Amino acid sequence: MNWKMFAAAAAAVVTFGAGDALAGRDLDQIRARGNLLCGVQGPSNPGFGVPDAQGRWSGFNVEICRAIAITIFGDPNRVQFVPVTTQSRFPALSAGEVDVLSNNTTWTLTRDSNVNRFNFPAITFYDGQAIMVPRRLNVTSARQLNGATVCVQPGTTTELNISDFFRANNLRFTPVVIADLDEIRRAYDSGRCDVFTNDFAALAAQRTLLTRPADHVILPERLSKEPLAVTIRQGDEELTNIVAWTTFALIDAEEMGITQANVEQIAGSSTNPVVRRLLGVEGNMGESINAARPDFARQIIRTFGNYGEIFERHLGVNTPLGLERGMNNIWTRGGLLYAPPAR
Amino acid sequence: MSATTLTPSAPVQAAPRGPSFAERATGFLKACFDGPLNTAITLGCLAVLWFAVPPFWAWAVTNATWNGNAQACREAGGACWAFVREKFWFSIFGLYPFEERWRPATMITILVAMVIASTIRRFWTKWLFLAWAIAAPVMWMLMQGGILGLPYVQTRQWGGLTITGVIAVFGLALGYPLAILLALGRRSELTLVRWFCTAIIECVRGVPLISLLFMAAIMLPLFMPQGVTIDRLVRVLVAYTLFTAAYMAEVVRGGLQAMPKGQYEAADSIGLSYWQKMRLIILPQALTITIPAQVNTFIGLFKDTTLVVVIGVFDFFTTLRAALGDPNWLGFPTEAYLFAAFVYFVLCFAMSRYSQNLEKTLRPESR
Repeated sequence: MNWKMFAAAAAAVVTFGAGDALAGRDLDQIRARGNLLCGVQGPSNPGFGVPDAQGRWSGFNVEICRAIAITIFGDPNRVQFVPVTTQSRFPALSAGEVDVLSNNTTWTLTRDSNVNRFNFPAITFYDGQAIMVPRRLNVTSARQLNGATVCVQPGTTTELNISDFFRANNLRFTPVVIADLDEIRRAYDSGRCDVFTNDFAALAAQRTLLTRPADHVILPERLSKEPLAVTIRQGDEELTNIVAWTTFALIDAEEMGITQANVEQIAGSSTNPVVRRLLGVEGNMGESINAARPDFARQIIRTFGNYGEIFERHLGVNTPLGLERGMNNIWTRGGLLYAPPAR
Repeated sequence: MSATTLTPSAPVQAAPRGPSFAERATGFLKACFDGPLNTAITLGCLAVLWFAVPPFWAWAVTNATWNGNAQACREAGGACWAFVREKFWFSIFGLYPFEERWRPATMITILVAMVIASTIRRFWTKWLFLAWAIAAPVMWMLMQGGILGLPYVQTRQWGGLTITGVIAVFGLALGYPLAILLALGRRSELTLVRWFCTAIIECVRGVPLISLLFMAAIMLPLFMPQGVTIDRLVRVLVAYTLFTAAYMAEVVRGGLQAMPKGQYEAADSIGLSYWQKMRLIILPQALTITIPAQVNTFIGLFKDTTLVVVIGVFDFFTTLRAALGDPNWLGFPTEAYLFAAFVYFVLCFAMSRYSQNLEKTLRPESR
């Protein structure tokens, strides 16, 4: 393509782009199409989104998308999962190949800016670089790791973060640089290094592959902030509200002790106005965010349970990943999950 | 194709009996221990085998797990072929809806039958083209559905070895004639045609396949008018076909240039038109002498189909990688990659053997 055509095409994109400030265009498109196109991480992401032997997707991010589909359509099955790679996710979202990304995308300023024009309605998972050590070292904090041998991948932010952390705390460490993640795990497993560092969720997945997973602990410190959020295009306030309040409903439900098992009973018997509004017994919360039905939150919880139940089913201590709640706990239990009230 | 114009080969004469097995074995041993250098190399190779084979055998066969779950695999310590078994059909059909798997199964059967039929020289008639022209839309309709009561399945749900087969067969089959036209165009005496073909070849060949696929899948929709969409798989197929054509065109051009000038002049002197000359004289020879180079390119392009993962198409290899993420089966990448290597090897080796066979039958004088 020559530069004149390119310039013309670029100008056309800018012109069209400027015109899409109308609220609800994406949501209208989703409703007209009859299903939600949900971008999930390809080839797969253990615990977050994996196709099973029959080709059906399951996982934490997958259920978030299904919950959004309940809010929009009242039907968890009106979702099409579109695998995207880390390279193709943003172009795919911009081009409308997907409506939402639910693939562990970190919310950052540049992505949220007017340059990239993405929106992050709500954080679904708090990740961050973590440190794993063998239990036999009797270490409870990363600050006790003076003189440790650390296995890291060269040229990654992981490497920079760990070296910053040790410098900032006046600690010495010996780096062992290995390019391949599987090799690092073997080196750590065989005792060549004391410390294995990576993002928390990925580190937990690696822990399951060690010879004795129970002999290793992930320390409480986080060396970086990775707030993972559902990502949509800018310019559709209605879709933003729907995504945000689907997530908030899951979190609020857990905070109020509403579970898959007791949701119907609570909806029938509760006199608490906050609970009644969330479950659509009174008020018009569903209507005001354009949900398909007034009791969308009740339907979501009946189908998938609250945030904690989804977490425990795919990522929690009883799954192969074995993640502790940590930051991803309700604020009343020491975590960071804090949703605005449904009123 | 052009091969129909060749005369049938002369009856094969019985080859003289070669040396007996004992003679050949002695000769082989002699060659192995002929002088200190050869002896050293032989002993070195034996030592490597001695250290490499038993551990591999123990891992892959003796301690291997063929049935059971991941726990059984981890306890046995050997290869976990149970993982490959568990994910085998997933690697064939990918994300295609489970209840509808009979459709890609039928499609693959038709595809394999058509490919096998196309390799048999007796079938190289216009009927074969007709058969393909009927089979291709039938296969597409079968996969996509939406008619005759078949549920509609979007192309983004197609996957596994099915999609690898579709992209490879159709990309290569459509790219090949296009390549011949491009090669002829590049050597044309019409300046405009020559420039046009050269530009296409150089532009397409000058960028990596990944960027072509990316343009086709992601960038193209940005430049299309609102509401106009072309199916993503079609866009990918077009990009792959163009890429195939550009590479093959250069191979074919090599064959064209290798033809002695006398062949062109002889064809001219008996008054053949341009197309008659190409069809009857030049192309049959040019294509035959370039078979090794063509197959080389074919095999390379076939393996390039794995690159469609960048735009989220789940081909065979990507499907296996997706299966690796199953939380219940974490930690068996070696088995999955060995299985993938085995499948790709079988397919590429089949292509290679077929081409050697073709070379022999098409060039009796080189036997």
